[in-house]
Amino acid sequence: MNGVSKPRLPTYAIVVLTVAMSPKPAEAHLNATGMGPLYDGLMHFLMSPEDLVPVLALALLAGLRGGAHGRQALFTLPAAWLVGGLFGLTASATNGSAVLSSFWFLLVGGLVAADAKLSVPVMTALVALLGLSHGYLNGTGMGQSGSAVLAVLGLVLAVFVLTALATAFVVQLRAHWARIATRVAGSWIAAIGLLMLGWSVRGSLH
Amino acid sequence: MLVLIILWAETAFAHTQQGEAVGFLTGFRHPLSGLDHVLAMVAVGLWGAQLGAPAIWVLPVAFPLVMATGGALGLMGMPLPGIEYGIAASAIMLGAAVMSEVRPPLGVAALLVAFFAIFHGHAHGTELPPGQSALLYSMGFVMATGCLHAVGIGIGVAHRWRWGQRLLRAGGAVVTGGGVFFMWKAFG
Repeated sequence: MNGVSKPRLPTYAIVVLTVAMSPKPAEAHLNATGMGPLYDGLMHFLMSPEDLVPVLALALLAGLRGGAHGRQALFTLPAAWLVGGLFGLTASATNGSAVLSSFWFLLVGGLVAADAKLSVPVMTALVALLGLSHGYLNGTGMGQSGSAVLAVLGLVLAVFVLTALATAFVVQLRAHWARIATRVAGSWIAAIGLLMLGWSVRGSLH
Repeated sequence: MLVLIILWAETAFAHTQQGEAVGFLTGFRHPLSGLDHVLAMVAVGLWGAQLGAPAIWVLPVAFPLVMATGGALGLMGMPLPGIEYGIAASAIMLGAAVMSEVRPPLGVAALLVAFFAIFHGHAHGTELPPGQSALLYSMGFVMATGCLHAVGIGIGVAHRWRWGQRLLRAGGAVVTGGGVFFMWKAFG
């Protein structure tokens, strides 16, 4: 087993950068994968940076704080996303999702950048709020058919997997520079949120 | 993983997505499009590398955050006088800091960098093209800024050698010279 080399951080960084450099257009409606609503929901999440990035930021935040925070986030976020999504299915489409996304980018990115020492209950509350709000917005855009429930389930599955991977990756980081890199990533996310907020305000003014 | 990414099947679009697909690349190119911006942002990385920890990461964190604040102000249409002078002055001051290897307290260095970041961000915010995807554009914009800082930090690794220290100071002089040129153009 000694011959098996462990994946190194630069390798992960190259893969993450490659994926980030080839983003796809965000779509308000479900992406048709041709494999059914479960996969449509899963793909919707992976193709929607406005959902994906806050989840990633939250996973980074939980990972920075350690295993207990990570485990709370891992199970609370998908559960809250599911509840929010199911509520959203019963509502009509809402406006203001751009402002809400900006807010979450700014808040969670800022907390990662500041390496905020949140307690487990506060972290859990934050995770639940993000899950409920984003899940609700996702649900409102998915219609009210029976297959939409499956799409929400697919989306929740994707949230669970991404949270598990990202949190586990950050929890095991011990090198000081790697944790700094995580915080720098948080500052970038917060900066993106600030710009999006400015963009939203400009849109509302014109 | 890379093979998986390369072979990833894309959705076929029967129509072009106006202002969507180009959002990230347009945003990424924007900070790279002006030499005045590039000089200042690389200088931030160089100065951080000279100062060492924690400035090596505090300065590149402070700059994008405050720059984004300036960008948001520009997007909202809030006026800021003397933007071109501020940008040129940032290259002069940051270049001079690298050239002289001045070591102020961390708070002072961060404040100086943050002050100039406002001008860069505001200039970008007012120049943003209409019809772009806000999120993708912002992602590209911030990532390009971070990459420019990383270039500066990467070059700044040479600071551990005596010849590298001289090289960095020479780099600072080049940045200052560029700043003087842009200041002259701003007055012209």
